[in-house]
Amino acid sequence: MAELDFAGQVLSEGGTWRFPAHSPLLLDSGGKLENLEIAYRTWGTLNEDGTNAVLICHALSLDQHVAGVHPTSGKPGWWTRLVGPGKPVDPARHFVICSNVIGGCGGSTGPASINPATGQPYGLSFPVITIADMVRAQAMLIEALGVETLLAVIGGSMGGMQVQQWAADYPDKMFSAVIVASASRHSAQNIAFHEVGRQAIMADPDWKNGAYAQGKSRPEKGLAVARMAAHITYLSEPALQRKFGRELQRDGLSWGFDADFQVESYLRHQGASFVDRFDANSYLYITRAMDYFDLAAGHGGVLAQAFAGARHVRFCVLSFTSDWLYPTAENRHIVRALTAAGCRAAFVEIESDKGHDAFLLDEPVMDSALQGFLSSVERERGLAK
Amino acid sequence: MIRQDFREILRLVRPGSRVLDVGCGEGVLLDLLTHEKQVDGRGLEISAEGVAACMSRGLSVVQGDADQDLDHFPDRTFDYAILSQTLQATRQPRHVLDELLRIADRAVVSFPNFGHWRVRWSLLHRGRMPETEALPLPWWATPNIHLCTLADFLALTEDLDVRIDSCAAFAGAGPARQIDPTKAIENWRAETCLFMLSRNPAPAGSPTEPPAPSGDLFDG
Repeated sequence: MAELDFAGQVLSEGGTWRFPAHSPLLLDSGGKLENLEIAYRTWGTLNEDGTNAVLICHALSLDQHVAGVHPTSGKPGWWTRLVGPGKPVDPARHFVICSNVIGGCGGSTGPASINPATGQPYGLSFPVITIADMVRAQAMLIEALGVETLLAVIGGSMGGMQVQQWAADYPDKMFSAVIVASASRHSAQNIAFHEVGRQAIMADPDWKNGAYAQGKSRPEKGLAVARMAAHITYLSEPALQRKFGRELQRDGLSWGFDADFQVESYLRHQGASFVDRFDANSYLYITRAMDYFDLAAGHGGVLAQAFAGARHVRFCVLSFTSDWLYPTAENRHIVRALTAAGCRAAFVEIESDKGHDAFLLDEPVMDSALQGFLSSVERERGLAK
Repeated sequence: MIRQDFREILRLVRPGSRVLDVGCGEGVLLDLLTHEKQVDGRGLEISAEGVAACMSRGLSVVQGDADQDLDHFPDRTFDYAILSQTLQATRQPRHVLDELLRIADRAVVSFPNFGHWRVRWSLLHRGRMPETEALPLPWWATPNIHLCTLADFLALTEDLDVRIDSCAAFAGAGPARQIDPTKAIENWRAETCLFMLSRNPAPAGSPTEPPAPSGDLFDG
């Protein structure tokens, strides 16, 4: 993997891009980040006209490894239903880019990175970031990769928030937008669940006010509990019932507090495996960014105003019937704002009992809707017949 | 084989115009308009299957319904708003018609005429709700909750001060027949009617009306 230090360098299949020296990322909080690094991956090549670039924005607990094989876990990328050979986004036709959000722990600068001012890991001295900050950093990466206009910006959940932010801040750099299972603002319930997760982390004695990197242990228990609570919100009651019901792990009850039920064992496993791949402080910072997200707030409280510059952008919005984390009503709210702004939007609520996670799972209607949308976008862009 | 009413709509719509098809189903008409008239087409469709089919055709269609979702469009977003065989299935046909002519300069509206002789005959002779080619479903299965006759519809257009730009009648699979909808005979023989409507321009010279007093004691 090559490293890029300045704009216009040869495209690689990814690596880490460093912000040019003396060019800090200015943040919504008023602070700034020096020597910022963004870890990213690419697939395919940019065509001569520069019209085939697709940016994928990842969700809270994911990373830049949207396709292919994850280098550390060895597992397939997290959205191989969408990205891959013969898929709606195909490296044979598209130049696919996915970068780790700032504040993350997939290689981009985050709270676990070394603070150049102190030589120590940032911990809680890392500034609070926003979705707009993440997008600002992505826009600089895109420019460094030599991409002027994105054929599509695509994302689900927090990725969908970034897509909306792109449409608000950089409409002229994009041709189409796909927003899946997302919202234009975090509801009280969304914030409440995130607060439970953060409190679980901060209540772990190993968290040490965020300065655990210097010590030997990490707040694994707290992060695991945060993940367990969050994981429930990604599923649905029928999906949990279908998968586990009241099935037991062993014959009979333990008459104690072991994981008697399969659902308990499943959640414990989800929590335990999460701590291997995620940083507790990153979890705090990214959930905060999501809680602070309220796209209309910066536009006089009128969401349509946020999209006023994006009338030329084609939008596709998808929601799922059983998603109670980012329910259809929130997605429809986005669609109505797009309509009011005079944007071209397509929207469908897909029947599924898999809850919020449906956007990452086997949903043929989603596949065909995205395939149809992206093909027509390509036709309009002159990339296909 | 193109449906006769679609053929008539294709004839009416100017090339390259902005069109909203309300209740666009699987997008057959929108697809035709896009390819044959190069329109900038959008659609509104209530069923997820319909919207998914439209999306796989590459059409910009939003899942929603005429009663609730027209309100979100700004004034005069479109040159034409099409409501094909759907008005009679809406909860508030009067409001829907009004909205169509707010968001578009012209509305193209078609509906089954409940004054057609077969309908009248079914009621008169058999005493039963009609099941005809234009109204194929039994009363307990029909989505049509606001059926009207051609004469009823004319009365509504007058009430809403709407201008009739053209009117065609269809019977069976036959071609469109341009009609004068005010002729009483047409209310007997038009099985399905298709209107193109626009707003009556405000009478020339009339000053803008001052806002009506709100009745609020503390107002002004």
